[in-house]
Order: sequence, then structure tokens, then C-alpha cells
Amino acid sequence: MHVVIGLEVHVQLLTRTKLFCGCSTEFGLPPNTATCPVCCGLPGTLPVMNEHAFQLAMKAALALHCSIARYTKWDRKNYFYPDLPKNYQISQYDLPFSNEGWLDIETSAGPKKVGILRAHLEEDAGKMLHDEAGAGGDSLVDLNRTGTPLLEIVSHPEMETAEQARAYLEKIRELLRGIEVSDCEMQEGSLRCDANVNVHVPQVDGTFVATPIVEIKNLNSIRNVERAIAHEIDRQLNELKENVGKEWRIDESKTSVFGDRKVRRLEFKNKDGAWVPVSKTTAGFDDRFGRTEIQRRKEEASDYRYFPDPDLVPAIVSEEQIARVKGKLGELPEHQLARLRSQYGLSEYDADILVRNGRPFVGFFEAATEVCGDAKEAANWATNDVLSLLKARNETVVEFPITGHKLGEFLAEIKKRKLNKQRAREVFAEMLESGSHAVAAIGKLGIQSVADEGQLLEMVQRAIASNAKAVADFKKGKVKAADAIKGFVMRETKGQADTEVLQRLVLEELAKAP
Amino acid sequence: MIQLTAHELRRLQETGQANAESIARAFLDAVRRHDGQVKAFLHLDEDEVLRQAKAIDAKRAAKQPLGPLAGIPVAIKDVLCVQGQPATCGSKILQNFRPPYDATVVAKLREADAVLFGSTNMDEFAMGSSTENSAYQTTRNPWNLDCVPGGSSGGSAAAVAACEVPLSLGTDTGGSVRQPASLCGIVGMKPTYGRVSRYGLIAYGSSLDQVGPFARDVGDVALLLESIAGHDPRDSTSGPRPSVAYSQTVDQPLKPLTIGVAKEYFAEGLDPEVEKAVRTAIDVYKSLGATIKDVTLPHSRFAVATYYLVATAEASSNLARYDGVHFGHRAADYRGLRDMHCKSRGEGFGTEVKRRIMLGAYALSSGYVDAYYLKALKVRRLIKNDFDQAFADCDVILGPTSPTPAFRVGEKSADPLAMYLSDIYTISANLAGIPGISVPCGFSSSGLPLGLQLLAAPYEEEKLLRVARMYEQATEWRRRRPPLVAKDA
Ligand SMILES: [Zn+2]
Repeated sequence: MHVVIGLEVHVQLLTRTKLFCGCSTEFGLPPNTATCPVCCGLPGTLPVMNEHAFQLAMKAALALHCSIARYTKWDRKNYFYPDLPKNYQISQYDLPFSNEGWLDIETSAGPKKVGILRAHLEEDAGKMLHDEAGAGGDSLVDLNRTGTPLLEIVSHPEMETAEQARAYLEKIRELLRGIEVSDCEMQEGSLRCDANVNVHVPQVDGTFVATPIVEIKNLNSIRNVERAIAHEIDRQLNELKENVGKEWRIDESKTSVFGDRKVRRLEFKNKDGAWVPVSKTTAGFDDRFGRTEIQRRKEEASDYRYFPDPDLVPAIVSEEQIARVKGKLGELPEHQLARLRSQYGLSEYDADILVRNGRPFVGFFEAATEVCGDAKEAANWATNDVLSLLKARNETVVEFPITGHKLGEFLAEIKKRKLNKQRAREVFAEMLESGSHAVAAIGKLGIQSVADEGQLLEMVQRAIASNAKAVADFKKGKVKAADAIKGFVMRETKGQADTEVLQRLVLEELAKAP
Repeated sequence: MIQLTAHELRRLQETGQANAESIARAFLDAVRRHDGQVKAFLHLDEDEVLRQAKAIDAKRAAKQPLGPLAGIPVAIKDVLCVQGQPATCGSKILQNFRPPYDATVVAKLREADAVLFGSTNMDEFAMGSSTENSAYQTTRNPWNLDCVPGGSSGGSAAAVAACEVPLSLGTDTGGSVRQPASLCGIVGMKPTYGRVSRYGLIAYGSSLDQVGPFARDVGDVALLLESIAGHDPRDSTSGPRPSVAYSQTVDQPLKPLTIGVAKEYFAEGLDPEVEKAVRTAIDVYKSLGATIKDVTLPHSRFAVATYYLVATAEASSNLARYDGVHFGHRAADYRGLRDMHCKSRGEGFGTEVKRRIMLGAYALSSGYVDAYYLKALKVRRLIKNDFDQAFADCDVILGPTSPTPAFRVGEKSADPLAMYLSDIYTISANLAGIPGISVPCGFSSSGLPLGLQLLAAPYEEEKLLRVARMYEQATEWRRRRPPLVAKDA
């Protein structure tokens, strides 16, 4: 059996304004406040293309190894829905701005190259707010999202497992965050995914039966994409077993070619008694039960009556424009990963976390390393403390009060003063709180430099000399007795001695004691 | 005063013989006297008109600089958005729509210190050639109240012809400025597609629609065009060129001048009186020194069919937004969303609009789009090529504007095909995107005005206006007034 998966991914581009008007694209504004006559589709208004959105879309397409069309146009996709005030969506139909790219993914089964059919630009629709009480109250429409630039990336149906689909999505997210084209937040809807799934089941004659394709719509997390696909595969196999020989039959008259497979399709008897192909259908995914829910099969495919939008002029893209965008593309994540490993000697694990969190985060790490000279330590702090703080504070690294440079100074300072991890964290917290530099934070906390080994040694010797009982206990094998010596020094230094150094000195001196 | 041109009204104000308020009052009087019969206006707020006029007078008194249309009343077809004023498009579905913004042409009229003088009747959504498709009223031809004024900008044309206003704006998608100008005995122009911004023009056929001026002579048309033309950053289909001071050059005759005459424009169905008037006009140009040359437009016989596929396809999409959800009339009783859509649209749209939406949706449907819509786009290209070739040999192409003089109210309303043919000579210009103008060229034996159409290459409005002005100066047609105005004086 072979599973066939193709993904349609929608990402919102990181523009300040919408695709065809000047309204803000900020997430979470009060309903219908980020709107104007144009995005509300008021009679008489006209769209004007946002150049920046087009640039970002080209950047993404180039990062996906797509070729950029020299001539591209806008089309209207006509359908009636209340979240679409014009009752048509401005999209791209037969001449998308980019075609045929690929993405390298990695799964437990090894590396794989997934082909990309096309990437095109379109405007987002608004949001429907239904009566939550289910009492049949009026539905409301919020048009803030209407007209937000969306990049639709359509893969070839080349993925064969739910795991590959997940890896593909993770890779797209990492790539588009890395080149700062989209923040790809599935919960906020800036990355959305529809999955087309079916299975090819082998027959005795060497051909395969293809189950009807099901498009699972509006998957809202990468985990749910994986769950939905896994469930849908089982569901289709069951459906096939139940229906063949009853409502469905295999079309024995012809085969089509899919890769190296000869594939037969399924038919059903329509209301006129004729055998016709079972059509593609759509499904939703019920998060609570982990189930895909098939929506009614339609007799005919939807007809969107696409035609070129007469309100917009076609975009002519020059070689220079493409070269300029390529120039701004910078280092792609895959190259960045390799460089971080070779230049800084980072582990694959650390380098991967850095890259995955986007280009500003890598910049943060590199700035810190440049100042402190210790890449390993900088990576540790960045991927542990800083990442969890960012999450807790709901901030991006750009908004984080401690810059990479400040982190570097801090790391250099704690190394110089040999501060232990706990003290270091206190200093870091103080820096975060007050916005001050490491030195100022250390001063404010009253931490003195007690890193001098000679000074510590002198204190340890004094403690041993004045604590004969502890020495005797230690000699009798009570290792715990050393704590009394350490406690003495800690009191003397107000807790500022480097614990590792102190431990070593105490053991050395106790061993020397008569 | 109401029979004066905009140029003359401007002079009266400059010399202190009149002011914007007295001019506005004179035209408001004329509306009061005649519009009960003509029915050109849908909406006219007298207080608002006088407020604007007084503001212009105050500006003049304060010696502030004034625009080229200072104190001149301009009526506007009800398809153009004026902030806070109704814009019904002659449709019930937009009965209560008041746009929150000004169309670019309206903003430009304000900048030119014009007095916005109400909105005029039209065929619903500009679909028609007689103004009988208005959901509100049937405008009458001031020359004969039993006849139609043409359409779809029939209200704007009739208002100027009846001297209810010196200037007005219409829109021309297939002849909707030129044909009513011809039927009402005034001058009307469709500029090059892209010459005037479409922002705030409620769309019918977006790739064909263009705002155009009406006036009682070519000089005034030049003045109004120069005030509204030019690139608009809100309309990406508007051309990059700034406006041109057409009124400064319009009086200069074009020499040498080659006039193209296409045999396709003297086809079967052309009224003999119209043909005679147009041929006489050719003689006038000859006497002015013009060279006459035969040109050919072989694909023009496909123009009407092509137009009714392209325009309706675009309309089916443009008019989808009137669904009772966001805009327009919402049915009182409905069960669910689909029913709300169907009832609201069913109640709100008139017959001709429904017919064109269905035709357009069909032309775009999967399985038919190649044979109809895409084929029409190819033919459209051929029609454009015909003109490109013809204009290599001549400055302007001359022919009739409409195949007949004004017809009687109700005469063609039961026969849509006969109605569609009244635009047979105007439609090609919209498909090709070229400018065209209609100028009065005589009268039928029953006293109805006849029109001459001149077409030019894209962005050759200056040339077109100069050539039209030469004819106008050599003839006296523009001085005649409809009986109801003549009686007045
Ligand atoms: Zn907007």
C-alpha cells in the first residue's frame, strides 16, 4: 500500500499593511477596526498592489527554489461567502508568480526531497463569529483579516507518511521564519494547512486502486496535521473495504499512471444509474476525538469562474528585480546550520535549535559569542534560559531587553568572576529587571569578586585550623564533615565563593591535614 | 443665463456680472421648471448646492485662488460616489447606500471649485441604452418628451440638453456617454481607458468603464476633461500621464488633417437621415481642408457580441457583492444565508441586470469559458489591432454615433437585442480603449438631434477635441435649443 499526501500551505506575509490597501495587518485588534473602503469591498473602490508583499513572496519562493515568472497576473476566484465582502477573492490562477521548487526534509526514514508545484499570492478572507451558544443567533463578520497577504504553497503529492508531512511543515516554518517572510504561528492563523490524502492499494494484477482524494481543511497545528493524516489513512482503508462490491466498484476499463504505478479509480452509481467516478471531497478534523469528518460529497466540483482581475495590471518581473531579492535573501537555514557547526563547533542539536528560532535569534547568539568568545556557553544560555524566558514573557528576541551583546558581556563577566550558575542567574534576572549591564547588576547585588583562589585557600586553612572536630570526623570517614568547613568559608564570603573551586580546595586541604 | 456655456459663466463671475450663488439659483430654477417632465435628476439637495456656491463666492471675495470650474454647477451620474450622498446606480439594491468617500473625479471637481449639482438618472448599473432600466424613473428626451434620452447616462445628457445644468459627468462602458449625447443634441466624450480615474465609479465592466464629460460645446468638454483627467495612485489601471490643458489648445485647428472613414460604420440598419447628416459632415471637413481616406475595421462586426461577453462576465463578478450581507438591500424574510442571498438579489435587481449577470456567469463557467469569455478576449485584441492599423493612416475616424435618432419610450424595451444594437458604433472604442466624442451634426425631419462620432488613437484627446471643435465652429447646430428651453427664453 502507498499513501499519497500533498499539502497546501497558506502563510501570512510579514507586511505592515494589507495586500491591496493601507490597513494594518496587526493580529488581535478589536473587530472591524483595521478596515477601509477598499478591504471592505465598498462599491467603487479599487485594489492597488502592495509592492512589499510581492517582494516578500518572491523571497519565499526563491528560498523554496522556485522559478519566478517574468509575467504574472491577478485573477478573481468567485464564490459567495459572508467573510468575503466582494464575493470574490483576488488570487492567482493559471499564471502564478512562481513555479516548481523543492524542499529538503529529514525523517526517521532518512532525507527526502519534496517537490513544490507552485507558490502564489492571494488576499485572505475575514472571519465569521458564530453564535457560540448555538441558540441560532446572528453570525457576525470581522473584516480585520480581509486582504491580509497570503502566500499559498502547493506541494506535489509526494509525501508518503504523516511524519513526512510534519517534517515538511516544520521545514517550511523554519525556512520562512529564518528569512523573515512570515512568523508562521499556527495558533494565530499565520500558517494554515490543508492536506490532500489518499491511498493506492495493490491489486493481484499488479495495478493499484486509488481511494478518492480527501482534502482535510483548516488544520490548526502541526500535531493535528499528523494526527488527521494518520486517521484519514485508516478511515479510507475501512471505507474501501466496506464499499467495494457494494456502492463502489473498481473501474477496470482504464488505468492512469502515477510515478511507476498503474492506478485504477473507483466508481459509484449516480441517480441516473450510470457508473461515474467517486469525486474528491473535503473533510474537517475533530481535535477532541482525533477524527476526520467527511463533508457531503458533491456531484460536481465547485466552479470558481476564474478570470483575470480587470482592476489590477499584470506584474512584469525583471531579472534585476529577481537578483535584488536574491541578494536580500541572505543565508538560507540549511547553510546557516552547517556554518554554525563548523565555525563555532556547536553540536547539531544546539545549531538546530538556534536556526529553528529564526535569523534574529542566530544573530543574538553570534553577537554574544563575539563578545565573550565562548560559543558553547553562549549557545547554552541562548537555547535554555533565554528561550524559556522569551516564551514566558511572550516576546521575540528582538523585543527581549537583553541584547546579544549584553549577553556576551554577562558571560564574560561571570566567567571572569567565576560566579556559580545560581549567582549568574540572579545577575541575569537583575539585568532583565533593571535593563542594566552585567557589571552594574553585579554591583547592585553586592557581589564581590571572591574568585581569588589564594584568598579562598587562606580561608579554608583558617577554617580547618579552628575546627579540629570536623577534621577528625572527616578522617574517620564522615565525608559530610567537609560541609562544616565549606559552610564556614561561605559565611565568610557571604556566599560568593565559587562552589567548585571551594569544593576542590576543601578536599585538598583536608587530605593534607594531619 | 442657463443657456450660457461654462466658459461664459466663468467670465460673468470674473467681471462681477454674476456670482456662484446667482448661477446656482438660476439652474435650480430651471430644474424646478423642467425636471418634472424631463426627470433627469434622482437626487438634488438645494441647500447643499447653495452652501457650496456661497463658499465659492466667499473665497472669491477673500481673493483666494479659485479653480478652473469655480462656481460652475456640474451634475453627476448616480454611479459616482460623493461622500455622504446617495449613490444608487439607478438600482433598488443600492437605494440606501451612501458612500463614505469621494470618487477621485468628485474630489477633483471639488479641487476645481465646481459646485456639485446633484445626481442624475441612469439605466440600472449602467446597463442599457435608453435610461428606461432605471428602478426609479424614466428620463425623457428634452427634444421630444415621448422619446428616450439614450443611455445609460441619460439623466446627465438630458440635464445638460434641457439647460438644467451646464456640465455633467457620465460613464461610458459601451457608448453610455456618446450615444445619449447624440440623442440629446449635445457633446459627450469617452476618454482613453486609463485617462480618468475609475476610483469611486461603481463598476459595471471594469475593463471598459470610463468617466466622461457632457457639455453643450466642445470647448466646455475640454475644460471639464482637463479638470478630471490624470493619473490616480488609487487606480492602478489609470495611465501614468498627468492631465493636459485641453481648453488651451482646443481652438487651434488641426492642420494637416486626415480623416478616416470606415465602410463598416455605414452598415445595414443605419437610418438614412443619420447617414446623410454624417456624409454632409464629411463635406464640411473637406471644405476645411481635410483629406478623407478610406480605412477598414474588419472585426468591428464582432464588436457587439464581444462586448456582451466581456462586459457581462466582469459584471457578474462586480455585482456579486450586493448580497444583502455587506451592501445593499436585504430581504425582510429569509431562512438561512442562501435564501438571504437569493431573495435580496431577486428583489433588488431589475430584469436587465439579472439577464446580464446570468449571461456573464455563464460565459465564465467551466466548460464554456474557452468558447465564450476567452474567445471574446482574443477577438477584443483583433478589434484593437484594427484600430492600431487604421490610425497609422489617419488622425481620426469619423462615423455616426448612433444608427438612429432617439426612439420612443417603450419602443425597444421588450426587445433586448434591438436595444443592444443601438450601441453598435460606439462599443468598439471601449473594447479598444480608445477615446471618442459625439458632436451634434444635424436634425431629423421630426426635429430630433443627430450625432457625429470621432475616434482617435489612445491618449490623443487633444487632437480629438481640436478636430471636433473645427466642425463645431463651422456649423451652427450647437445653438439650437429643445422646444421646452426655447419657450422659456
Ligand atoms: Zn483596508
